[in-house]
Amino acid sequence: MWIYEKKLQYPVRVSTCNPMLAKFLIEQYGGADGELAAALRYLNQRYTIPDRVIGLLTDIGTEEFAHLEMIATMVYKLTKDATPEQLKTAGLGDHYVDHGKDLFYHNAAGVPFTATYIQAKGDPITDLYEDIAAEEKARATYQWIINMSDDTDLNDALRFLREREIVHSQRFREAVEILKEEQGKKKIF
Amino acid sequence: MNTHFKTYYPYVSPFDPCKPMVKKTYSTPPNLYLGFQPPNLPQFTPMEALRAGTLWKPLYDPWYSPYEKGKKGVPS
Repeated sequence: MWIYEKKLQYPVRVSTCNPMLAKFLIEQYGGADGELAAALRYLNQRYTIPDRVIGLLTDIGTEEFAHLEMIATMVYKLTKDATPEQLKTAGLGDHYVDHGKDLFYHNAAGVPFTATYIQAKGDPITDLYEDIAAEEKARATYQWIINMSDDTDLNDALRFLREREIVHSQRFREAVEILKEEQGKKKIF
Repeated sequence: MNTHFKTYYPYVSPFDPCKPMVKKTYSTPPNLYLGFQPPNLPQFTPMEALRAGTLWKPLYDPWYSPYEKGKKGVPS
Protein backbone atom coordinates (compact mmCIF):
# COMPACT_ATOMS: atom_id res chain seq x y z
CA MET A 1 0.00 0.00 0.00
CA TRP A 2 1.18 3.50 -0.67
CA ILE A 3 0.54 6.81 1.05
CA TYR A 4 0.50 9.75 -1.34
CA GLU A 5 1.97 13.04 -0.29
CA LYS A 6 0.59 15.82 -2.44
CA LYS A 7 3.82 17.64 -3.16
CA LEU A 8 6.85 17.09 -5.34
CA GLN A 9 10.04 15.52 -3.98
CA TYR A 10 11.96 18.59 -5.14
CA PRO A 11 10.49 21.87 -6.40
CA VAL A 12 10.26 22.09 -10.19
CA ARG A 13 10.86 25.56 -11.59
CA VAL A 14 10.97 26.35 -15.28
CA SER A 15 12.18 29.81 -16.26
CA THR A 16 12.08 29.85 -20.07
CA CYS A 17 9.36 28.87 -22.54
CA ASN A 18 11.25 26.19 -24.43
CA PRO A 19 9.00 23.30 -25.57
CA MET A 20 12.03 21.70 -27.24
CA LEU A 21 13.27 20.71 -23.76
CA ALA A 22 9.99 18.85 -23.18
CA LYS A 23 10.83 16.67 -26.17
CA PHE A 24 14.18 15.75 -24.59
CA LEU A 25 12.74 15.29 -21.10
CA ILE A 26 10.14 12.79 -22.30
CA GLU A 27 13.07 10.34 -22.64
CA GLN A 28 13.14 10.13 -18.83
CA TYR A 29 9.34 9.67 -18.78
CA GLY A 30 8.75 6.78 -21.16
CA GLY A 31 12.23 5.86 -22.34
CA ALA A 32 14.17 2.63 -21.81
CA ASP A 33 16.13 4.04 -18.86
CA GLY A 34 13.44 6.44 -17.72
CA GLU A 35 11.80 6.73 -14.35
CA LEU A 36 8.77 4.61 -15.32
CA ALA A 37 10.98 1.71 -16.45
CA ALA A 38 13.01 2.03 -13.24
CA ALA A 39 9.98 2.02 -10.95
CA LEU A 40 8.35 -0.96 -12.67
CA ARG A 41 11.64 -2.88 -12.77
CA TYR A 42 12.40 -2.57 -9.05
CA LEU A 43 8.86 -3.02 -7.78
CA ASN A 44 8.55 -6.20 -9.84
CA GLN A 45 11.91 -7.70 -8.87
CA ARG A 46 11.40 -7.24 -5.14
CA TYR A 47 9.10 -10.25 -4.65
CA THR A 48 11.72 -12.83 -5.49
CA ILE A 49 14.90 -11.17 -4.20
CA PRO A 50 16.45 -12.33 -0.87
CA ASP A 51 14.51 -10.66 1.91
CA ARG A 52 17.42 -8.57 3.15
CA VAL A 53 17.19 -6.32 0.09
CA ILE A 54 13.41 -6.31 -0.57
CA GLY A 55 13.00 -3.09 1.41
CA LEU A 56 15.65 -1.36 -0.68
CA LEU A 57 13.86 -2.22 -3.93
CA THR A 58 10.53 -1.05 -2.48
CA ASP A 59 12.01 2.26 -1.32
CA ILE A 60 13.87 3.04 -4.52
CA GLY A 61 11.00 1.85 -6.75
CA THR A 62 8.66 4.16 -4.86
CA GLU A 63 11.06 7.09 -5.16
CA GLU A 64 11.25 6.55 -8.93
CA PHE A 65 7.53 7.32 -9.13
CA ALA A 66 8.22 10.58 -7.28
CA HIS A 67 10.82 11.35 -9.95
CA LEU A 68 8.36 10.41 -12.72
CA GLU A 69 6.00 12.98 -11.25
CA MET A 70 8.72 15.65 -11.36
CA ILE A 71 9.51 14.91 -15.01
CA ALA A 72 5.79 15.04 -15.83
CA THR A 73 5.54 18.44 -14.13
CA MET A 74 8.49 19.75 -16.15
CA VAL A 75 7.01 18.55 -19.45
CA TYR A 76 3.60 19.93 -18.55
CA LYS A 77 4.99 23.36 -17.63
CA LEU A 78 7.02 23.53 -20.82
CA THR A 79 4.12 22.63 -23.12
CA LYS A 80 0.87 23.79 -21.48
CA ASP A 81 0.97 27.32 -22.96
CA ALA A 82 2.71 26.52 -26.22
CA THR A 83 0.84 27.21 -29.45
CA PRO A 84 0.55 24.43 -32.05
CA GLU A 85 3.01 26.46 -34.12
CA GLN A 86 5.55 26.51 -31.28
CA LEU A 87 5.09 22.79 -30.73
CA LYS A 88 5.68 22.18 -34.42
CA THR A 89 8.91 24.21 -34.34
CA ALA A 90 10.04 22.30 -31.26
CA GLY A 91 9.62 18.99 -33.08
CA LEU A 92 6.50 18.11 -31.08
CA GLY A 93 4.11 18.32 -34.04
CA ASP A 94 3.82 14.53 -34.27
CA HIS A 95 3.08 14.36 -30.56
CA TYR A 96 0.42 17.05 -30.78
CA VAL A 97 -1.37 15.28 -33.64
CA ASP A 98 -1.64 12.04 -31.66
CA HIS A 99 -1.94 13.25 -28.06
CA GLY A 100 -2.73 16.96 -28.03
CA LYS A 101 -1.28 18.46 -24.86
CA ASP A 102 -1.43 15.12 -23.02
CA LEU A 103 1.75 13.44 -21.90
CA PHE A 104 2.44 9.97 -23.18
CA TYR A 105 4.83 7.18 -22.23
CA HIS A 106 7.25 7.26 -25.11
CA ASN A 107 10.89 8.19 -25.55
CA ALA A 108 12.38 11.33 -27.09
CA ALA A 109 12.09 9.74 -30.54
CA GLY A 110 8.40 8.93 -30.05
CA VAL A 111 8.79 5.16 -29.60
CA PRO A 112 6.08 4.01 -27.18
CA PHE A 113 7.03 2.46 -23.84
CA THR A 114 7.34 -1.30 -23.81
CA ALA A 115 7.78 -3.85 -21.03
CA THR A 116 10.77 -5.26 -22.92
CA TYR A 117 12.75 -2.30 -21.53
CA ILE A 118 12.90 -4.08 -18.19
CA GLN A 119 14.25 -7.48 -17.23
CA ALA A 120 13.48 -9.95 -14.48
CA LYS A 121 15.95 -12.82 -14.60
CA GLY A 122 15.15 -14.48 -11.30
CA ASP A 123 18.80 -14.35 -10.27
CA PRO A 124 19.47 -11.78 -7.52
CA ILE A 125 22.99 -10.79 -8.63
CA THR A 126 21.91 -10.54 -12.27
CA ASP A 127 18.91 -8.40 -11.36
CA LEU A 128 20.91 -6.07 -9.10
CA TYR A 129 23.62 -5.62 -11.72
CA GLU A 130 20.90 -4.62 -14.18
CA ASP A 131 19.59 -2.14 -11.62
CA ILE A 132 23.05 -0.61 -11.18
CA ALA A 133 23.42 -0.32 -14.96
CA ALA A 134 19.96 1.29 -15.21
CA GLU A 135 20.87 3.91 -12.61
CA GLU A 136 24.13 4.76 -14.38
CA LYS A 137 22.32 5.02 -17.73
CA ALA A 138 19.71 7.34 -16.22
CA ARG A 139 22.54 9.41 -14.70
CA ALA A 140 24.17 9.76 -18.12
CA THR A 141 20.83 10.72 -19.70
CA TYR A 142 20.43 13.52 -17.15
CA GLN A 143 23.94 14.75 -17.99
CA TRP A 144 23.11 15.03 -21.69
CA ILE A 145 19.80 16.78 -20.99
CA ILE A 146 21.54 19.29 -18.68
CA ASN A 147 24.19 19.89 -21.37
CA MET A 148 21.46 20.73 -23.90
CA SER A 149 19.38 22.88 -21.55
CA ASP A 150 20.10 26.55 -20.87
CA ASP A 151 17.34 26.83 -18.27
CA THR A 152 19.17 27.16 -14.94
CA ASP A 153 16.06 26.61 -12.83
CA LEU A 154 15.21 23.43 -14.70
CA ASN A 155 18.83 22.28 -14.51
CA ASP A 156 18.71 22.70 -10.75
CA ALA A 157 15.93 20.10 -10.48
CA LEU A 158 17.65 17.87 -13.05
CA ARG A 159 20.86 18.00 -10.99
CA PHE A 160 18.88 16.82 -7.98
CA LEU A 161 17.50 13.89 -9.99
CA ARG A 162 20.98 13.00 -11.26
CA GLU A 163 22.33 13.03 -7.70
CA ARG A 164 19.59 10.61 -6.68
CA GLU A 165 20.72 8.23 -9.45
CA ILE A 166 24.20 8.26 -7.90
CA VAL A 167 22.82 7.47 -4.45
CA HIS A 168 20.58 4.69 -5.83
CA SER A 169 23.50 3.14 -7.68
CA GLN A 170 25.52 3.24 -4.45
CA ARG A 171 22.74 1.47 -2.54
CA PHE A 172 22.35 -1.23 -5.21
CA ARG A 173 26.11 -1.80 -5.09
CA GLU A 174 25.82 -2.21 -1.30
CA ALA A 175 22.94 -4.67 -1.82
CA VAL A 176 25.26 -6.78 -3.98
CA GLU A 177 27.85 -6.71 -1.19
CA ILE A 178 25.19 -7.84 1.32
CA LEU A 179 24.22 -10.78 -0.91
CA LYS A 180 27.86 -11.75 -1.50
CA GLU A 181 28.11 -12.22 2.28
CA GLU A 182 31.77 -13.30 2.56
CA GLN A 183 32.88 -9.65 2.53
CA GLY A 184 34.75 -8.72 5.73
CA LYS A 185 34.52 -12.21 7.24
CA LYS A 186 37.81 -13.72 8.33
CA LYS A 187 37.18 -17.11 6.77
CA ILE A 188 40.00 -19.59 6.46
CA PHE A 189 39.66 -22.18 3.74
CA MET B 1 39.96 11.94 -2.79
CA ASN B 2 38.87 10.81 -6.24
CA THR B 3 38.12 13.26 -9.02
CA HIS B 4 34.58 13.25 -10.43
CA PHE B 5 35.93 13.55 -13.97
CA LYS B 6 38.53 11.78 -16.03
CA THR B 7 39.95 13.09 -19.27
CA TYR B 8 41.60 11.68 -22.37
CA TYR B 9 42.97 13.04 -25.62
CA PRO B 10 41.87 11.11 -28.71
CA TYR B 11 43.75 11.21 -32.00
CA VAL B 12 43.01 14.27 -34.13
CA SER B 13 43.34 13.86 -37.88
CA PRO B 14 44.33 16.80 -40.09
CA PHE B 15 41.37 15.76 -42.29
CA ASP B 16 38.68 15.86 -39.56
CA PRO B 17 35.59 17.66 -40.86
CA CYS B 18 34.73 19.46 -37.60
CA LYS B 19 36.81 21.59 -35.27
CA PRO B 20 38.38 18.98 -32.96
CA MET B 21 37.44 18.70 -29.31
CA VAL B 22 40.96 17.98 -28.15
CA LYS B 23 40.11 17.04 -24.58
CA LYS B 24 37.32 14.55 -23.88
CA THR B 25 35.93 14.12 -20.37
CA TYR B 26 33.71 11.56 -18.73
CA SER B 27 31.99 11.33 -15.38
CA THR B 28 33.30 9.08 -12.59
CA PRO B 29 30.86 9.69 -9.73
CA PRO B 30 31.84 8.89 -6.12
CA ASN B 31 29.71 5.74 -5.90
CA LEU B 32 32.32 4.00 -8.07
CA TYR B 33 34.92 4.30 -5.31
CA LEU B 34 33.03 4.17 -2.03
CA GLY B 35 32.36 0.45 -1.72
CA PHE B 36 30.10 -0.46 1.21
CA GLN B 37 29.46 2.87 2.89
CA PRO B 38 31.47 3.08 6.14
CA PRO B 39 29.80 4.52 9.27
CA ASN B 40 30.10 8.14 10.45
CA LEU B 41 30.77 9.84 7.11
CA PRO B 42 30.38 13.65 7.08
CA GLN B 43 26.78 14.81 6.58
CA PHE B 44 25.02 17.87 5.21
CA THR B 45 22.56 19.64 7.48
CA PRO B 46 18.97 18.47 6.83
CA MET B 47 18.12 21.62 4.84
CA GLU B 48 21.27 21.34 2.74
CA ALA B 49 20.65 17.63 2.19
CA LEU B 50 17.14 18.27 0.81
CA ARG B 51 18.65 20.58 -1.78
CA ALA B 52 21.72 18.50 -2.56
CA GLY B 53 19.78 15.27 -3.09
CA THR B 54 21.94 13.36 -0.61
CA LEU B 55 22.67 13.47 3.10
CA TRP B 56 26.26 12.37 2.59
CA LYS B 57 28.94 14.86 1.56
CA PRO B 58 31.20 12.20 -0.03
CA LEU B 59 28.33 11.18 -2.36
CA TYR B 60 27.64 14.72 -3.60
CA ASP B 61 28.69 15.27 -7.21
CA PRO B 62 26.68 17.99 -8.99
CA TRP B 63 26.73 18.06 -12.80
CA TYR B 64 26.93 21.39 -14.61
CA SER B 65 26.71 21.79 -18.34
CA PRO B 66 30.01 23.06 -19.78
CA TYR B 67 27.90 25.89 -21.27
CA GLU B 68 26.22 26.75 -18.00
CA LYS B 69 27.63 29.36 -15.66
CA GLY B 70 26.53 27.64 -12.49
CA LYS B 71 27.62 28.31 -8.99
CA LYS B 72 29.21 25.23 -7.55
CA GLY B 73 28.39 23.83 -4.14
CA VAL B 74 25.03 23.10 -2.59
CA PRO B 75 22.18 25.02 -4.29
CA SER B 76 20.69 27.70 -2.02
